[in-house]
Amino acid sequence: MPRNVMKTVTGRGHRGKLIVVEGIDGSGKSTQLHLLDKWLRSLGLNVFFTEWNSSDVVKEITSKGKKKALLTPTTFSLLHATDFADRYERNISPLLEAGYFVLADRYIYTALARDVVRGCTPAWVRKVYSFADTPDVTFYFRVPPDIAMDRILEGRPKLKYYEAGMDLNLSNDEYESYRIFQTRIVEQYEGMAQKDGFAVIDGTLDIEEQQDLMRRHVSKFLPPRPKPPLDLNQKQETKLV
Amino acid sequence: MTQQIAARPLKFYGEGISYLKPLESKGSLIVIEGPDGSGRSSQIDLITTHLEAAGHAVITTGLKRSELIGAGILEAKHKLPLGKKTLALFYAADFADQLEHKIIPALHAGYVVLADRYIYTLMARSNVRGIGRSWSHDLFGFAVKPDLVFYLDVPPEELFHRVFQKYGSLDYYESGADMGLSDDLFESFVLYQRSIAKEFKVMETRYGIVRIDGGKAIPEVNVDLQKRIDGYLGSLR
Repeated sequence: MPRNVMKTVTGRGHRGKLIVVEGIDGSGKSTQLHLLDKWLRSLGLNVFFTEWNSSDVVKEITSKGKKKALLTPTTFSLLHATDFADRYERNISPLLEAGYFVLADRYIYTALARDVVRGCTPAWVRKVYSFADTPDVTFYFRVPPDIAMDRILEGRPKLKYYEAGMDLNLSNDEYESYRIFQTRIVEQYEGMAQKDGFAVIDGTLDIEEQQDLMRRHVSKFLPPRPKPPLDLNQKQETKLV
Repeated sequence: MTQQIAARPLKFYGEGISYLKPLESKGSLIVIEGPDGSGRSSQIDLITTHLEAAGHAVITTGLKRSELIGAGILEAKHKLPLGKKTLALFYAADFADQLEHKIIPALHAGYVVLADRYIYTLMARSNVRGIGRSWSHDLFGFAVKPDLVFYLDVPPEELFHRVFQKYGSLDYYESGADMGLSDDLFESFVLYQRSIAKEFKVMETRYGIVRIDGGKAIPEVNVDLQKRIDGYLGSLR
């Protein structure tokens, strides 16, 4: 579709909508956000998709540090905050201003969950991220940790050091460490679910069913459809001529 | 011979670093703040020599020196302009790395840590670019409160000449070129340094920063600094 035909939420200069998915690895959130993305684009809306830890500027530095396995929880937290801030200042914030649907695969709640499990103070992490806009909706994909972890660990993938939470000395076995780490993250998410008003999605439902729930929620944010009577008038005018 | 200094609990500006408890310092953290050209490194060299002669174990630390991410900061600056908060967080990450890997272990082991700049420069840079002071302060809730903080105050016009003589050019960020203060680089530099100095003035009381007249000759400034440092270290015994 040509650019000038695209619609914004409520017209130029009006604020867009920020839609976030959260949940542990294997909760199915990325699949769901992908489907939502396709749907919104099919409606001709301006959509921007952003995912956690993906800023080019910061990537090089974080990966270097991560390889060295030297990051303390505070440094780890601040590097992810840097990544987030770069995406926020460069994309999320201006695009919301411009009326886009901004879809975020993980948002500040990921930092809150992970950093707190790593030992950072919740109050401090909240303050660091206090510049970030509150999402219009945060879908939290609730899945029993065992199911999510089975999905991830099925193929015995090579887990990255920090991904497995190996820096926390939970276990020498990376799979065992991963399980303990993910379980603790779930505890953090569950603590936030109420406080931060997450829209909880049962991640054990069928993919289509979950998507239906999401779309129903998001349809509240859609711009009003063009009115059919307008077409009728046009036809009548044509007839008159 | 220096006498043993009793261990004191580390103090922090905010929440501290909860996963490192309990933390003690048997050393001292002494910070020298001031703009480029204010004579910080000359003073740190002189103080180091003096303290080592007196039997203290001394290490120095500074901004942008972290092995982990120090180099990355410089690269990122050149590639494309970073946002205000991104830059602030980037520097904070670098600082945190040094704090936990270098400063805190050294304090624990009883070193005198001479810091060539600390969080105050980072906060001042952010704040003059329009980041809220409370956010900057909260960000550094994990930072150790130093024993002493000095700010070498030099008029911007004088700094300009010192910097130019030393480097032959002005640093992009240190002259506030990203802020669009003036098309004229000299004017931009002066305006920027003036606003940084003003920010330090605002921070003085809250953070116990001692202002030192850095416009005087190096030996003169050193006598002043050394007297204050010796007095403090003497009081710890």
